[in-house]
Amino acid sequence: MVRYRDVVDSVVELLEIAETSLDPDITTLLEKAYENEDSEIARFNLRNILDNVKIAKAEKLPICQDTGIPVFYVEIAQNFKLDFSIRDAIREGILIANEEIPLRPCTVHPLSRENSGNNLGEHLPLIYFDCLEGNQLSNSIRISVMTKGAGSENVSSLKMFLPSQVEEIPDYVTEVVKKAGGKPCPPVIVGVGIGTTFDGSAMLAKKVLFKSVLEMNDYERKILKKINGLGIGPMGMGGKTTALAVLTEIGHCHTASLPVAVNIQCWASRKASMEVNDV
Amino acid sequence: MFKLESPLDKNSLLRLKVGDVVQLSGIVLTARDKAHLRIIEHLRGGRELPFELNKAVVYHCGPLIKRDDNFSLNGWKVIAAGPTTSARMNECTVELLDHVESIAIMGKGGMGKSVVKAISNIGEKGGAAVYLAVTGGTGALIAKSVKNVKTVYWEDLGMAEAVWVFELENLNCIVGIDSRGNSLYSLSNSDK
Repeated sequence: MVRYRDVVDSVVELLEIAETSLDPDITTLLEKAYENEDSEIARFNLRNILDNVKIAKAEKLPICQDTGIPVFYVEIAQNFKLDFSIRDAIREGILIANEEIPLRPCTVHPLSRENSGNNLGEHLPLIYFDCLEGNQLSNSIRISVMTKGAGSENVSSLKMFLPSQVEEIPDYVTEVVKKAGGKPCPPVIVGVGIGTTFDGSAMLAKKVLFKSVLEMNDYERKILKKINGLGIGPMGMGGKTTALAVLTEIGHCHTASLPVAVNIQCWASRKASMEVNDV
Repeated sequence: MFKLESPLDKNSLLRLKVGDVVQLSGIVLTARDKAHLRIIEHLRGGRELPFELNKAVVYHCGPLIKRDDNFSLNGWKVIAAGPTTSARMNECTVELLDHVESIAIMGKGGMGKSVVKAISNIGEKGGAAVYLAVTGGTGALIAKSVKNVKTVYWEDLGMAEAVWVFELENLNCIVGIDSRGNSLYSLSNSDK
């Protein structure tokens, strides 16, 4: 059986990986963007970003002071058994990570704005549970975490389209990025959830950000081209690179509805995933 | 590249043009949402602030700081200190600018039209204000330029929202809005 301590340790390790090291696929795109930009100001920002990624990784420092709100995804295989609360283990992992990494206390009561001081609170962290695909019969769980900063989360958007408005989706996604301007720390990664329900589309728009930014389909590339035609550029100071990638996830929806959610992710996409096995 | 020292000298601010690279050293005050609200409360009430805003650099930043008694005399170690989104402070900044003669606002993402206008107004009244942009998300890199934490005000607001007084050495930034109101963000920031 997977032990409580295994999950706590895995959570600390996942948070450390997410906070201090950038997905190498994103670094690849940032390096390409640096080569591709003509503007000195765009290159200045991209060079700082690449230098920062190196320092954070080498010194195990958080990439950004906004260490964000952690969102967890727990996928459970069929034969997995446990005799403890995964929620308790995740919460304990966060408490340890607060000191060890360290993490900035970011969570407040939404109305009083009082900081809980420990990155925990009512309904936080969010934990999504699902079945583990691909390895259903094993006795393991996959834990993934995304720590999302507020700059990019604040400019995200959701719209309930009419079923007749399918063609309008690319323009809507582009408009969300345009309105966001320099606020979400572009170049951004754009997560788009299309279909399911109101809440489902938002969940998909976030979860799709785990996908590789190097594997886009034609639909995604088409939207990316539109976005990069905006000229917002790195940090909103002009340039060719407003977004690094567009990632979409589709889910079937009601015949009368078409929910579309856009979750904007800053270049500092902090995420990590690992399988925890019975040993 | 221009060198800029804080406390600021008005003439150095007037020399800066939008797009210039600036190497900033000296004292900066961090302030974000809650600190701005409290600053405005003081200004409206005619109450004296515990720090000087005139000739200061106000940095939109909620740093990640660790207490480490082995590290420095006051035990503060800056782990990451990148900028936060400046546009959230648009409204407060317009009011704040009315109370200073020279100032630099530093952050990321640019500021709204009302702030650009307030910056030009200061120039017309014989003062000087600029907006300096640092690269968002580069908390670890910028922390390297923070040589010392001199003190902290309003710690009751919490780590991210308190006013930290940093001593900077050679932080590279870009003039995002110059004292004449020229802005790099005309395309990307449509806020009022």
